[in-house]
Amino acid sequence: MSIAVAKTYKLYVGGTFPRSESGRTYQVTDAGGSFMANAVLASRKDARDAVVAARKGFGSWSKATPYNRGQVIYRIAEMLQSRQPEFVELLITSRGVDRAEAAAEVDAAIDRLVHFAGWTDKLTAVFGSANPVSAPYFNYSAPEPTGVVAVIAPADAPLLGLVSVIAPVITGGNACVVIAAEADPCVAITFGEVLATSDVPAGVVNILTGIAAEIAPHLAAHADVNALDLTGTDAELARDLEVAAAGTVKRVYRPRGRPDFRAAPGTVRLRSFLEIKTVWHPTGAPSLAGGSSY
Amino acid sequence: MSPSTESSSIDWEYAPAPESEAIGRVKDRYLPFIDGKFIEGGGDDLVTVNPGRDEPLSTVSTVDEADLDNAVRAARRAYDGPWSKLSGAERGKYLFRIARGVAERSRELAVLESLDNGKPIKETRDFDIPTVAQHFFYHAGWADKLGHLGFGPDPRPLGVAGQVIPWNFPLLMAAWKIAPALAAGNTVVIKPAETTPLSALVLAEIIADADLPPGVVNVVTGAGDIGAALVRHPGLDKVAFTGSTAVGKQIQRTLAGTGRRLTLELGGKGANIVFADAAIDQAVEGIVNGIFFNSGQVCCAGSRLLVQEPIAEELITRLIERTETLRVGDPLDKNTDVGAINSRDQWNKITELTDAGIDEGAQVWRSSCPLPDKGFFVSPTIFTGATQTMRIAREEIFGPVLSVITFRTPDEALAKANNTPYGLSAGVWTEKGSRAMAMAARLQAGVIWDNTWNKFDPAAPFGGYQESGFGREGGPAGLAGYLDTDDEAVIK
Repeated sequence: MSIAVAKTYKLYVGGTFPRSESGRTYQVTDAGGSFMANAVLASRKDARDAVVAARKGFGSWSKATPYNRGQVIYRIAEMLQSRQPEFVELLITSRGVDRAEAAAEVDAAIDRLVHFAGWTDKLTAVFGSANPVSAPYFNYSAPEPTGVVAVIAPADAPLLGLVSVIAPVITGGNACVVIAAEADPCVAITFGEVLATSDVPAGVVNILTGIAAEIAPHLAAHADVNALDLTGTDAELARDLEVAAAGTVKRVYRPRGRPDFRAAPGTVRLRSFLEIKTVWHPTGAPSLAGGSSY
Repeated sequence: MSPSTESSSIDWEYAPAPESEAIGRVKDRYLPFIDGKFIEGGGDDLVTVNPGRDEPLSTVSTVDEADLDNAVRAARRAYDGPWSKLSGAERGKYLFRIARGVAERSRELAVLESLDNGKPIKETRDFDIPTVAQHFFYHAGWADKLGHLGFGPDPRPLGVAGQVIPWNFPLLMAAWKIAPALAAGNTVVIKPAETTPLSALVLAEIIADADLPPGVVNVVTGAGDIGAALVRHPGLDKVAFTGSTAVGKQIQRTLAGTGRRLTLELGGKGANIVFADAAIDQAVEGIVNGIFFNSGQVCCAGSRLLVQEPIAEELITRLIERTETLRVGDPLDKNTDVGAINSRDQWNKITELTDAGIDEGAQVWRSSCPLPDKGFFVSPTIFTGATQTMRIAREEIFGPVLSVITFRTPDEALAKANNTPYGLSAGVWTEKGSRAMAMAARLQAGVIWDNTWNKFDPAAPFGGYQESGFGREGGPAGLAGYLDTDDEAVIK
């Protein structure tokens, strides 16, 4: 009889899988209540490191062409597809759901990534505009990524929920620091392995595991975080985080209830993490004598 | 510029050309507008000052919290009652009526605004008031086309919007807050600034004449405490604020956890970047417009001039020559380029920051244009030798004070321009189109002006990145702030 190689789940930060600088861990149990794994209890320092990594990742990701970003997000779907059986087993173990339900969740997560892969090069056309201003200027408005988004992943649907909150954020060209659902860090870090092999530049997605109530306040107050997604928080924590976010005028998305991730995703998550930039450029006024229309 | 030496007998000065104050029809006393009626407010009267002369202009009755409650309740009744049952097309007709009403009374409004705010009549007459009318006209047309905005076929209004606006563009801000709110189907309680309440109350007359249902628009008056009471009022569904970043943060904190929608249009420290290949005369005009328009009391003012080193000396010389020709003085004089600062408080703040610039070692130049004996005036001021860490380069001065910094490469310009928590406006002067476009793409600001500055249009979204706020005003993106566009399904 051979002994299985037990897996150590770590963080996913800057494209690598570091342990916490604090050395802290917590025990994760499976659906039956038995020990499943030790997971990292991320610290404030880990959160700060993740923000530094995200800012770096934002640089290359936001400058990549939309076509390229779409290809990379599609590549995540490919990698998830190839590891579909592993995720099905993981969901059965961690959530105690039946095989059909687990398979349905993984398939839905793959479809979600494919959906967003097709958005990257259409955002500008759909949410931007050429504005007919009443003066000789060419004037256009185009969406741009907000920057670094801190995301608190939802507790239900550990894979589909995670993918549904990450995909729209990175589709718009943002980088993110995600706090995984406390009960399912193994699913989240395994998804980190998918990301790590998907040509996503290092730092674009960073996944912290641990206690949201402990980590999130630091991210909400962090001056280099531009936006918050409060999907995975309860009302009390959400309020505290919104208060903290005001210190740096962060953009905040908070769903109106428990999102139904099985439904079509809509565009509100995409739009919540985009800025609209308006550019004015003279078209000149050739008919004016002297032509002094700067 | 030195005066002509050929003939000292010719006086080249412009004769005064003052607009008639009577056109403004300033009344002795103004009342807040609640539920379709002008009522005596329960608060203390406030005296609004003509900043061009430092003299009382008129008295305004202010509201107390009970009046505020009544205003919010009236707005709710109007929303539940006639307004939300009206078709978009009918709503639009009311907005068209307001647009026409503003246009008809534009000369009166221009004079009134100039008297109350201190800005030159040429600005109120040629920019503020025409743009006010245009905002109502533009948004009127959206009222029956909301399904075409791109946020789904049937976006819904939010309900009652509370709006707090500043003193630098009193009527323009009222228009660009009220017009989209009504077009989207909301009702409004709006509070103009304490120092500039008059034009919004004349707008209320125009709205009353347009026969809008009572309560659709309510104008409440008072100081910051009434503004604070309005934004925290539980009867609102939406808060829109334009003003300082400090107050904006406070409002965001106040609304935390309430689920109420918020848009913030806050401060800025706009970078105006001039490359060596720029058309220099046009650039000089743009720099002057960027910082001396409305005496620099503009959130998107081009208050930091970044000049490429090879042309720095020439540009600064020409800029100083041009600025020296600006006529500072009586806001009602049609020849005035730079009017009064809006209030003594603001005058003090500008003076404090200018003194800080001198103390920190920047070289100061001030226009020699004589200033009136009375009123709040500041000479156009240019600091050279400013560094990134000086207060004049970091803090929003909100006055006619420009800080000049030099750069060598485009990357250095970008790094310096983006080195601020603000992100409202930026500009680039270059004759090379690809450089202009590349800079526009990498500047962290909501509005980029290439080879121009301070251009606005209701069709063009305006608003900031980072600590300059969130949400846009104007265009489809602006209307989104007054509509429920959240299309994420939730588990019932």
